[in-house]
Amino acid sequence: MSDAENPDGASEFREDEPTDSAEEFEPIEVFPESESMDLRPGSDDCYKCSTCDTSCPVAAVDDEFPGPKFQGPEQWRLKRKDDRDIDESVMSCSNCMRCDSACPSDVPLSQMHNTARGSFVDEQMDKLSREYVRNRILSNYRTLAALGSKVPRLTNFVMGLGVTKLFNEKVLGITSEREFPEFATETFREWWEKRGGPNVERDDKRVAYFHGCYSNYNTPEVGKAMVRVFEAFGYEVLVPPQKCSGTPMFANGMLDDAERAAETNVAELAAAIEGGADVIASCTSCSLSLRQEYPELFDFEGTASVAANTYEALEYLRVHEDLEGALADAEVDDAAFAYHAPCHARNQGLDGQAVELLDALEGANAEDVGDSCSGISGTYGWKEEKYDVSMEIGAEMFDHMEAADAETGLTECPTCAMQMEHGTGYEIRHPLQVIEEAVVGADAA
Amino acid sequence: MAIEDDVAVVGGGIAGMTAALAAAREGATVRVISHKDSTLRSASGLVDVLGYPPRSGGSSGDSDASESPAGDAGPLADPFEAIPDLPEDHPYTAVGLEGVRAALSLFDEAVDGYRGGHTDRNALVPTHGGTVKPTARYPASVAPGLASDPRETLLVGFETVTDFDAPLAADHLRAAGVPFEVRGVTVRFPGAFRADARVTRLADALDADERLEAGDDPSGVSTSLPARGALAAVVKPRLGDAERVGFPAVLGRHETPSIRADLEAELGAAVFEVPTGPPSLPGMRLEGALRGACRDAGVRFTTGDPVAGYETGADGEIAALRVERNGAAIPFHAESVVLATGGLVGKGVDSDRESVREPVFDCHVPHPADRYEWFDDDAFGDHAFARFGVATDGDLRPLDARGDPEHANLRAAGGVLGGYDFAAEKSGAGVSLATGRAAGRAAARQVSDS
Repeated sequence: MSDAENPDGASEFREDEPTDSAEEFEPIEVFPESESMDLRPGSDDCYKCSTCDTSCPVAAVDDEFPGPKFQGPEQWRLKRKDDRDIDESVMSCSNCMRCDSACPSDVPLSQMHNTARGSFVDEQMDKLSREYVRNRILSNYRTLAALGSKVPRLTNFVMGLGVTKLFNEKVLGITSEREFPEFATETFREWWEKRGGPNVERDDKRVAYFHGCYSNYNTPEVGKAMVRVFEAFGYEVLVPPQKCSGTPMFANGMLDDAERAAETNVAELAAAIEGGADVIASCTSCSLSLRQEYPELFDFEGTASVAANTYEALEYLRVHEDLEGALADAEVDDAAFAYHAPCHARNQGLDGQAVELLDALEGANAEDVGDSCSGISGTYGWKEEKYDVSMEIGAEMFDHMEAADAETGLTECPTCAMQMEHGTGYEIRHPLQVIEEAVVGADAA
Repeated sequence: MAIEDDVAVVGGGIAGMTAALAAAREGATVRVISHKDSTLRSASGLVDVLGYPPRSGGSSGDSDASESPAGDAGPLADPFEAIPDLPEDHPYTAVGLEGVRAALSLFDEAVDGYRGGHTDRNALVPTHGGTVKPTARYPASVAPGLASDPRETLLVGFETVTDFDAPLAADHLRAAGVPFEVRGVTVRFPGAFRADARVTRLADALDADERLEAGDDPSGVSTSLPARGALAAVVKPRLGDAERVGFPAVLGRHETPSIRADLEAELGAAVFEVPTGPPSLPGMRLEGALRGACRDAGVRFTTGDPVAGYETGADGEIAALRVERNGAAIPFHAESVVLATGGLVGKGVDSDRESVREPVFDCHVPHPADRYEWFDDDAFGDHAFARFGVATDGDLRPLDARGDPEHANLRAAGGVLGGYDFAAEKSGAGVSLATGRAAGRAAARQVSDS
């Protein structure tokens, strides 16, 4: 900091007659009253240091992309003139939200990007264009997944066919380079129904599980691990009705879709909180959505309560139970992992958590593969025209995974997991699965 | 139960990371909690200890506009000679001369690639504005540019890197009477980068020695060259008799030594970097080096959310820090705490129209009641606010309004301390190192004693 400029004087404004009482100070309103969501204070807080641009993984590999400073505060200012369009480059932002934690001045960059992208899609994007249709399909993955998982084997077979991939790429613009994630033959919710709901019932230790789409349709083993681990610590687990968290919708500027999903989620989760539960997510993008994007973009009754009472699963146990103590008493076999911290975990201060926890567990080790972005950013890396950028961003992570002393990957984010597997061929697990093995046992049913 | 460490450090700049490193080396388990990515990305990467004597020498008073501004006294040749005579409330007084020396030794040993440790005397480093800054330690990439070196110099700026106007910087250096010939030229960075490409993008291209379009050759065939060679080719025709060439600090994130060596081989002249403003590559490299040293010592990092408050135990000591995560408060327990949140710029000290405060622990920040006494009417005058910060005892524990420690297990380091004007006296990094080390060691020793 030794070269930093002196801050401005303690007061920029000085009346001719200094007054003693601060109450008499009436700031002059230079700009008209703003509409529903006031982004001006955030824009004013930007002092153009450009730190956000240096932490943007897209700008690092895509020379066409003006970074987050332009997409956020600068574009917001330009937009004050009615005739200015949103620059279409906002669609190249992957919504990794790294700029948020880079900003030393608390500018709400991702909120600005989300609103700019939303109005670009709303007002400027052709609703019949291939890009719009494709983005709508990708961001409403849950709707597709709900259909596909009714006949999972058939869906998996069809999605794996060359002709399907060709169609997806040529007609929809979904890359054929990636293998579509397989649907589980039994969804998490089907398992939960069949099991008859919770095994533990008590009203003083109760959590509501937000499983998200991926744990439900694709990796129910993560959801099952969550339930078993929490029950092992004596919690009653509720599984309220829920829709997509909205993460893929925000990233594609489909704010109306996101709002509809959020309305259901907030109503259901707020009701669970009323009933004495805290909300737990196993996907760090889901938890970030509930904690940060909902309050930044929506204003349903209960939004703030849901944000303040939502936790990532292991974070919650760490705060409320002696999780490290339980791990110190346990042991697993040969569990070495190359761990990647998802960008969205980073924004919640969770990027060191998995490594710290496995440190305490004998037989386990998680080696952090560095702070680069995996590059897939949800639906981003599925887009035919973004695939190469996505893989270029991921290259550093792939290299570090190969260099790590492990043949299995570990991460909290389902799409980071897809990218890790795609780039290295490693099997990828969720930290909850390792914790389950330690505190519940490998043969838990 | 909870997340528990021996020592928690609030803040991830030089002071915070030095405190963490020092505490970890005493055997404590240590966690650094910082709100955002490190502010070292905005730092020059220079480590100054004391460049100029303090102006008013202590607490705010009636400053006289006709008093000589800092700088007129001239830079200090030897900062260590001046430290014993500093005012009582200066942070160096709490750690003493030996504390400053020990902190520099810790820095020299933990961070590779710095120069200046061979002497007590200040080096004069040319800045991007064409002034010279008295500095105790500086990156090796800066070393050939020192103003005490009489070699003829060419400064090279890039059209798109507007932070560094090379002809203007050369004019300023000449006007300052440097003992060498200096010219400045502005060139286009080779390749087809966007006009607002960040310095990090140019640094990445040099790190990887990416092939860049070198433009059309006379026969009309477009050619491409590796970035380092292409850059040297742009500069070479302008070299003249210069024996050293200064670039704005864009020479790589990781491969700076090999980039400089390649450029020097092509140009036949020494190559150095001139530190620039944010985003600053020398600052990022220093961040990486300190973080690496901390990680090697077992320090854990939690970044992304602010410490919004704390819990106390029955004895009034701090028992836990409450990190606010989107409305939820996550407790981080620690037996001893170091506050290293920075000053007014870093938001470790905050003010409104009525008062000045320290926002995390609400430590007492001495300041005049009348806010018109906080500043000087002259923009470059002797501002009282520049010295606002917490006052401490000799053990770096912040003191309340009565002069008693706020908490027995809370210490403060770096910019949050009062009693010094880092910008005027050029002591920011040195105070952060010296008080960071002392606070970290004391925090760890308090844990092992208990």
